[in-house]
Amino acid sequence: MAAGLRARERLGRAVHVATLLFFSVALGFPFYWMVITSFKRNPDLYNLKNNPFVFNQKPTLEHLRLLFGETLFVRWLGNTLFAGVCVVAITLLLAVPAAYALTRLTGRWGGRLGIAIFLTYLVPPTLLFIPLSRIVALLGLQDSLWAIIVVYPSFTIPFSVWLLMGFFKSIPRELEDAAMVDGLTRFQAFLKLVIPISLSGILTVVIFTFTLVTQEFVYALTFISSAAHQTVGVGVPIFLVRGDVYYWGSLMAACLIAALPTGILYNLFLDRFIAGFTVGSVK
Amino acid sequence: MSALGRQRWLGPAMFLPAILYVVALVGVPFVLAFLYSVGDVKVGSVGYHFVGLSNFASVLQNPTFRRALSNSFVFTVSSQVLVLVGANILALALKNAFPGRRFVRFLILLPWVAPVSIGSIGWKWILDSLYSVVNWVLIRLHLVNAFSPPMYLGEPRLAMISVILVHTWHMLPFATVIILAGWTAIPRDIPEAAAVDGARFFRRLFQIELPMMLPIINVAVLFGVIFTFTDMTVVYILTRGGPYDTTQVLPSLAFFTGILGSDLAEGAAISLFLVPLLVIVAWLMLRSAHRAEVT
Amino acid sequence: MAVVQTRALTKLFNKGEVGAVVGVDLESREGEFLVLLGPSGSGKTTLLRMIAGLEEPTSGEILIGGRVVNDLTPRERRIAMVFQSYALYPHLTVLGNITFPLKAQRMSRIEREKKADWAASLLGIGHLLARKPRELSGGERQRVALARAIVREPALFLLDEPLSNLDAKLRASARTELEQFQKRVATTTIYVTHDQVEAMAMGDRVVVMNKGSVRQIGTPAEVYDDPSDTFVATFLGSPPMNLLEHDNVIVGFRPEHFFPTTHLAGKAAVPADIRAADREGPYVPLRFRVGHEEYLGAERILYGRLDGGAFDGKTAISRMSSTHGASFPAESLHAFAVREGDLKFFDRETGTRTKRVPLE
Repeated sequence: MAAGLRARERLGRAVHVATLLFFSVALGFPFYWMVITSFKRNPDLYNLKNNPFVFNQKPTLEHLRLLFGETLFVRWLGNTLFAGVCVVAITLLLAVPAAYALTRLTGRWGGRLGIAIFLTYLVPPTLLFIPLSRIVALLGLQDSLWAIIVVYPSFTIPFSVWLLMGFFKSIPRELEDAAMVDGLTRFQAFLKLVIPISLSGILTVVIFTFTLVTQEFVYALTFISSAAHQTVGVGVPIFLVRGDVYYWGSLMAACLIAALPTGILYNLFLDRFIAGFTVGSVK
Repeated sequence: MSALGRQRWLGPAMFLPAILYVVALVGVPFVLAFLYSVGDVKVGSVGYHFVGLSNFASVLQNPTFRRALSNSFVFTVSSQVLVLVGANILALALKNAFPGRRFVRFLILLPWVAPVSIGSIGWKWILDSLYSVVNWVLIRLHLVNAFSPPMYLGEPRLAMISVILVHTWHMLPFATVIILAGWTAIPRDIPEAAAVDGARFFRRLFQIELPMMLPIINVAVLFGVIFTFTDMTVVYILTRGGPYDTTQVLPSLAFFTGILGSDLAEGAAISLFLVPLLVIVAWLMLRSAHRAEVT
Repeated sequence: MAVVQTRALTKLFNKGEVGAVVGVDLESREGEFLVLLGPSGSGKTTLLRMIAGLEEPTSGEILIGGRVVNDLTPRERRIAMVFQSYALYPHLTVLGNITFPLKAQRMSRIEREKKADWAASLLGIGHLLARKPRELSGGERQRVALARAIVREPALFLLDEPLSNLDAKLRASARTELEQFQKRVATTTIYVTHDQVEAMAMGDRVVVMNKGSVRQIGTPAEVYDDPSDTFVATFLGSPPMNLLEHDNVIVGFRPEHFFPTTHLAGKAAVPADIRAADREGPYVPLRFRVGHEEYLGAERILYGRLDGGAFDGKTAISRMSSTHGASFPAESLHAFAVREGDLKFFDRETGTRTKRVPLE
């Protein structure tokens, strides 16, 4: 009887490891592939007889040199960073007070308004981009980073408000009540008490807003036409070509550089993110 | 102004800017989309003429559109089914601690976290017509012919499968992570009570644990449906809608028609076909959120 | 035949640093209501979970019905368990909850419903079958949990503090119902609680535990009147037994055995709570300076210090029925006494019970 139990346990563990291995490979392989391709010499890369999984010639930094020296990649990184910072600033300025007001100052319909705001997050860019392209042109913002700086908060604000509402709800009201009894106004309590306590929540919003900016594709593709003004998400897949030819080595290096920082940051703040999506469904 | 009076306008003062911003950049374009679809707007045109439903009529007669409509559903349903099954299995494998779990979690998150355009271009290289590593392996295993290997992005059927698989790859981490959260929400003694009551692993899973997680699985699926149905990036980068428009979906077709083709009215009409699905999904979400509050 | 037996059962956590359960030997009798009593952290719940099969022992054996069950899953042990939170399946109706164990046995639907009706009527919840757990009160949920437990007619019931989630008033009536219920179904029951009143009221025998080991096993009268060490002596009884150090022993006497001498002399009404046989001595006189008094309605509790003699200055508690009307103002000195036979002696170092020692 004991032997049967041990055997069952061992089988279970083997299945467990196999499952993890399968998914790790299935989901992670493209990134491993990016690493290999980024450092392989072209003759090695484009030789069908070579084993693609290993370096048959010595690895090279040629693709990286090409990427940083002869393409607009660095420019795109700068553009994305600049847009990200501006969008984060706008989002914080608007979303933090809004989330606080909807949590504390509005009673039951405040919660409903919060849900309504979150629902706007579901309205996809692929529905709005056609009218927005016209609005952007009318405002004279076409082919400029300012187009996306102005438009992106339309989806980062709803998401951030939702995240922050969940966060503010967990702060006990008594804290601000005590502050107001001590003589502060509600707004002062908000600035001097609630915001400092919520720094980790605000940091979470900063991270996620930034990643939303870097992940966005449709608006950037639609509003910005010249390569020099593009962001990384559009520049890399669309503009790292000469005619019909993709420079895969540099392209994969660019992908790696574009993907990893957000990956690491996101992983650190994952739990908050889940809380934002599942508040209300999980009791 | 009295203290109470000051109080009363503070709330609206704090949330109105955000609401107005969102209304301006979401609500207004939304309305405009409807207006364009029943007008004759083109890029550069000045006036506006109401043309009724003629845009919709011409769109519906277009076989490319009908193909795109069907593709949107096929791609979304197929990838979401795969995601549902895969995410549940992966969540099961991840829910109990084991050495290296943090690293595995980081690894499996990458497809979702990396910009989808980046992931797609990565897959484009993996599925390249000449240099695909997949084909290299399959040829070595003697499963495909070395002289006419499958063109994953060049043959219609294979291209559709490729798009579905890339969508699945991209969405799996998101669903997994949400379902994992659902697992941690199940109180410890309920599965234990089920074990004492005589339920073994699969009965516990299907009759007790998964039903309890239904609201959360709901959330994951509904979000997944929206993100997949309204996405144009994967198709645009992998196949540009080809070969010969066989992998077009509604959003990508709207882009090609409205932006690249400069026919804003027809593009808007195409993209409006996304709305019914969005409304249904939003209604389902609200309903399950309401039910969760009642309990 | 013993229904449940444990031999040297041990459970260690943290690579052996934490001994949750240490060397427990236990044997339950057929049909008995056995209570595992102890403070939190005493190991009583861990012990119960090991018997259930939800926790794997580090060493030792568990036997049910004479068979070693260490390697059996909970399902294979034919036991039923009621959890502290009741663990009702929230998405199933009451009927669904009760029939779930029968479904796992692959019983036919007609059979299942017959048994469910029987269990439901036994617990008086037949009218609740269509409801969901969230629509039930605490007491009703407990009854559903019990119905789910007996529907399989198990050999053993395990109950993990099932009354602690009810409010105080409900607890007393629920306790009585549970006792009667157990007598009626006559299934051997192991019941975990930290409440010594529950243990004394319900148990046929009580297993007193502390820090993972068993201190004493006995009937309520045995663990109360004849405690095996100072822990058992102070854990049972509220207020706890007076423990006073003297040389190398600890002398103990319960507050209700410590009373004014006026209760003895025929002067005031002879209190009914001294048994006739004990009206004779020998008594140990102790002078008592009252500190403060608690009037609890049916009882009075006096807190104070002993004055002079072997225990000068030590605090003591006295407990008497409110029918004694004498007044005990603060700081007043009174002549109290304890019957010599009511004194218990414990070894000062180990706390275990030792022989009587003369006091000067």
